[in-house]
Amino acid sequence: MKDDAGVTREQRVEALGGMGCKRKRVEDARFTQGKGNYVDDIKMPGMLFGDFVRSPYAHARIKSIDTSAALALDGVVAVLTADDLRPLGLHWMPTLAGDKQMVLADGKVLFQGQEVAYVVAKDRYIAADAVELIDVDYEELPVIVDPFESMKSDTVLREDLVAEDGSLPDGAHGPRKHHNHIFTWEVGEKEATSQVIDSAQVVAEETMYYHRTHPCPLETCGCVASMDKVNGKLTLYGTFQAPHAIRTVVSLISGIEEHNIRVISPDIGGGFGNKVGAYPGYVCSVVASIVTGVPVKWVEDRMENLMTTAFARDYWMKGKISATPEGKITGLWCEVTADHGGFDACADPTKFPAGFMNICTGSYDIPTAYLAVDGVYTNKAPGGVSYRCSFRVTEAVYFIERMIEVLAIEMNMDAAELRRINFIKKEQFPYQSALGWEYDSGDYHTAWDKALKAVDYEGLRTEQAQRVEDFKTGKTRKLMGVGLSFFTEIVGAGPVKNCDILGLGMFDSCEIRIHPTGSAIARLGTISQGQGHATTFAQILASEIGLPADSITIEEGDTDTAPYGLGTYGSRSTPVAGAATAMAGRKIRAKAQMIAAYLLEVHDDDVEFDVDRFVVKGAPEKFKTMKEIAFAAYNQAIPGIEPGLEAVSYYDPPNMTYPFGAYICVMDIDVDTGEVDIRRFYALDDCGTRINPMIIEGQVHGGLTEALAVALGQEIAYDDMGNVKTGTLMDFFLPTAWEVPNYETDHTVTPSPHHPIGAKGVGESPHVGGVPCFSNAVNDAFRAFGLRHTHMPHDHWRIWKTANKLGLHG
Amino acid sequence: MSKKMHIQLTVNGEAQEFLAEPRELLIHTLRERLNITGPHIGCETSHCGACTVTLNGKSVKSCTVFVAQADGAEITTIEGLGNPDKLHVLQEAFKEHHGLQCGFCTPGMITRASKLLEENPSPTEEEVRFGMAGNICRCTGYQNIVKSILAAAAEMSASKEAAE
Amino acid sequence: MIPAAFEYYRPKDMEGVLAVLTEHGDDARVLAGGHSLIPMMKLRMAEVPHLIDLQDVAGLGGISVSDGTVRLGAMVTQSDIIADAVLADAAPIMREASLQIADPQVRYMGTVGGNVANGDPGNDMPGLMQCLDATFTLIGPDGEREVAARDFYESAYMTAREDDEVLTAVSFKVPEGGYAYQKQKRKIGDYATAAAAVQIVKEGGTCARASIAMTNLSDTPVYSEAAGAALVGTSVTDSDIDAAVQAMLGDIDPAEDNRGPVEFKRHAAAVILRRAIARAWSRA
Repeated sequence: MKDDAGVTREQRVEALGGMGCKRKRVEDARFTQGKGNYVDDIKMPGMLFGDFVRSPYAHARIKSIDTSAALALDGVVAVLTADDLRPLGLHWMPTLAGDKQMVLADGKVLFQGQEVAYVVAKDRYIAADAVELIDVDYEELPVIVDPFESMKSDTVLREDLVAEDGSLPDGAHGPRKHHNHIFTWEVGEKEATSQVIDSAQVVAEETMYYHRTHPCPLETCGCVASMDKVNGKLTLYGTFQAPHAIRTVVSLISGIEEHNIRVISPDIGGGFGNKVGAYPGYVCSVVASIVTGVPVKWVEDRMENLMTTAFARDYWMKGKISATPEGKITGLWCEVTADHGGFDACADPTKFPAGFMNICTGSYDIPTAYLAVDGVYTNKAPGGVSYRCSFRVTEAVYFIERMIEVLAIEMNMDAAELRRINFIKKEQFPYQSALGWEYDSGDYHTAWDKALKAVDYEGLRTEQAQRVEDFKTGKTRKLMGVGLSFFTEIVGAGPVKNCDILGLGMFDSCEIRIHPTGSAIARLGTISQGQGHATTFAQILASEIGLPADSITIEEGDTDTAPYGLGTYGSRSTPVAGAATAMAGRKIRAKAQMIAAYLLEVHDDDVEFDVDRFVVKGAPEKFKTMKEIAFAAYNQAIPGIEPGLEAVSYYDPPNMTYPFGAYICVMDIDVDTGEVDIRRFYALDDCGTRINPMIIEGQVHGGLTEALAVALGQEIAYDDMGNVKTGTLMDFFLPTAWEVPNYETDHTVTPSPHHPIGAKGVGESPHVGGVPCFSNAVNDAFRAFGLRHTHMPHDHWRIWKTANKLGLHG
Repeated sequence: MSKKMHIQLTVNGEAQEFLAEPRELLIHTLRERLNITGPHIGCETSHCGACTVTLNGKSVKSCTVFVAQADGAEITTIEGLGNPDKLHVLQEAFKEHHGLQCGFCTPGMITRASKLLEENPSPTEEEVRFGMAGNICRCTGYQNIVKSILAAAAEMSASKEAAE
Repeated sequence: MIPAAFEYYRPKDMEGVLAVLTEHGDDARVLAGGHSLIPMMKLRMAEVPHLIDLQDVAGLGGISVSDGTVRLGAMVTQSDIIADAVLADAAPIMREASLQIADPQVRYMGTVGGNVANGDPGNDMPGLMQCLDATFTLIGPDGEREVAARDFYESAYMTAREDDEVLTAVSFKVPEGGYAYQKQKRKIGDYATAAAAVQIVKEGGTCARASIAMTNLSDTPVYSEAAGAALVGTSVTDSDIDAAVQAMLGDIDPAEDNRGPVEFKRHAAAVILRRAIARAWSRA
């Protein structure tokens, strides 16, 4: 049908650039021309540079710090130590996990690279020279890098957490069992699970180590703090994935009132969880700016980034899974020993000290389950961030997807079939899991069948069997692995009733202003780090309010202008802020409806929304476009309606969202060199309603590549002395274009029933599902030779070791 | 601090003269001194390529070049490849094929790709992957970067043919 | 990562270079491409108060092949090597090896002189030069001298070059027969887990001459005369290759690092060498 101007309804839909279209990114014009504005691009008059003296030791007492030579260097303005911060109460700071962390070493250091002193100088060269001139006298202490050893050791890592009488006060998450113990977190039914497993006919057990790694975005962490002493206002630019939360934290620890603090996250060069936390560099820069009265910039170098600001994973997971002889899973047991390093700085919602590890029943209908997590201090860097995943979901999904494979081996069953038997059925949603979650929606069988068919799964198994024969007869030295993974994520944290960070409910927000000429600006509490929010949030709004996406500016990251929100991590932007955007859009539309009705001289109920306009019901030739309505909102006195067209929505999600997907990887492994060749990778994602397929595909490619890296070699490794062995990009594995395959992407669509537009989030799915898929492929290649499980990362020498243990080197 | 030396550079066609310590890294000269902030600092050990510029006709990692070494050199950065009125074909192609996400590696990536296509106007996918292996991207998984470069190569060949 | 301050010199000729070296001894270092030295300086693991940039020194460039001898000036880069058709024809192993060094940007800067003179056991060129039985030309206050690549390396970063000498060129006889440069590494930009340079001459179905060296499996490159000898006179069957590999395993002394434990290094060395010999033989 065409309207008066000869434009069809389809053309009007297309002109909006709304949800579902492959809209090109609005961010790209500046990025492709080198005109992004990242933290290190910010320059302010008189700006000074901060740099840290860091501990070379993993555990040592500090006997003295001599700063005199540094202070004597021309261009050095100040040197801060814990003694300088103590009078301000800033030598320690609260962590997101309810612990506290030294801002600057207070008498001792607990990990290599720990911040000891902060130099402020006229430029970064002088600062670096001054760092070399600071003389710190250390007395080395025994180093513990193993969490199991730590729980037995007499060495006390955190004297501040032991009472004078030697007793152990409770930690933030309850009683502590040992002076190096942080918490025990239990979920599920211990006794019942134990009974089910003890009496089961089939039980498979395995212990797996999910190694320590790091998000390593290409841009490191940094900030510029600028204290305006005249107006009493602090402006803090930084690489913050959660600018509002940072503002609140800065206010709480500095005593500066929150309205006098403006936090700005400019363009961010990737985050992946690295930029959620608050780091000593931020605190020191703020203090330095207050002390000097001029702006102070701090940007960590790559080595500092890998050694100090955040780590991910480092979970020892011991599992038991039981089943009937037919393969129906009856119980799951998971015990985790979590290495948190010197301070518990995990970025998790307050009530979840091990994040959402209790999603570890996965995509399966498991009636009984139990999870216990023990957090432990060691002499490693603090962190425990969610590296491209919702809180500890990568660990959980890796655990269950490995346990399924181990059970399949135990039962001599096909792992694809075992999954199928145990999937939660479509009609079971919303599904209550044994460990306390309500899965919103899913259609696992359809997705799985589509994936298996797409790769000709049976054909792959036939080929693999032939390969095993050829290997045994000496025709080849390459084995073939078929990696399977079916993941269910839990993202979009989260409902305020159970999700908060530092007491801040994890809602999110959107504020929209429609301008008189029919364009708009929307501001959100989130912040893009490459996800393309400026593109996709405008698409949501375009569909909701009928103005073209190209006429809508999306602004994030400035706490003076954006409504309060908890930021971007844990795939929460679309599930939470995306919902807020849709809801705010609907408020706009509701008011627009009243204006339209007034203009059309009919009752409010007699007009209805149609793409980009309100039409009189039954008389589509009578309409007012949203553009006309916008103008009317500003130029007409409409009885009973305030002028203007604005709305704000704070969205408290009723539930998390549960994206899922089916991944299959085919790889060839050179048994002699341990080299891996990814021959094929098929990824089917169901993230509910799809806002921009182009961006979804890009997210999947990127997440899979980070998964490949983690599974095949990316590791923060320590030696026995607590020295970081992987502190540069020579040793810390970031794959290049040469090591990465092309991926095949696919999808099904199962909308979230509780989300206003049915979207679930996708950015982290490929990482969460990808890691076990790559790892399962490696393990699967050796299954025919008796392998049950081998730990990641599957780098060359570890694969060689696996093959060697199986006697495959003759 | 060592004594400063007189440095002359031509950056994106503009002559620059200044005094600098010889140890100043070229990436800092560009970013701090000349306000050319397209090239970025990623790894600082010559692995990531975020700081890639073209120096005397070679793709180099400007984090691993002292300004003293570059004295007298001609340098092109992302800022010299195109402008808002006329983007470089690669800039258009990266936009068109979603060849970037956070944008941090993009200037180095495109600058390197421009040199690659100059040396090999019709590369295969494998040649693109090998020729771009000095640039790390953490966001895209490279698939769309490779696609963008191949598309730009095709576009450049087509317009060259049309011109002939 | 900011280097310490230094005095910078960019002499136009070798006399100027030697004058600074003579004056400052081991406080002075020459800079070619800088892609080994500069990262070390930035990490403040190398202290260089006096830095002599060789880029303007005449006579350090150029690739020539004449009278059966290949000569590369010290400042020839890996990308020059890759692009040189005459060299690719005369000594194709040079191109094959260069393509496996670092990444494109680094290859534009990385020089053959820097790669061989630095003494880093991870560098590829030293082993290759030993395989080719190259000669290094050094110049110092007492004039020029030549040192065989096979005699040049003493231990990690310690070579026969005196502190006041500069390596100006490498030269070797145009190699004969089949060749292979085989390298296992974790990713682009990494040093070798194990790498092998092999040249084999085949005469009437038998191996007439063989030269074999390996990289990053000891604190110096490892030229194994015994490994080559094990192949000579044989028809390079699997068992002959095994004998060569065994000989090489007697000469290497790898250290554990992030690429793996010693046992794996030895295993990888054997696998890589086996493949290199087989490929070189197939080309012979």
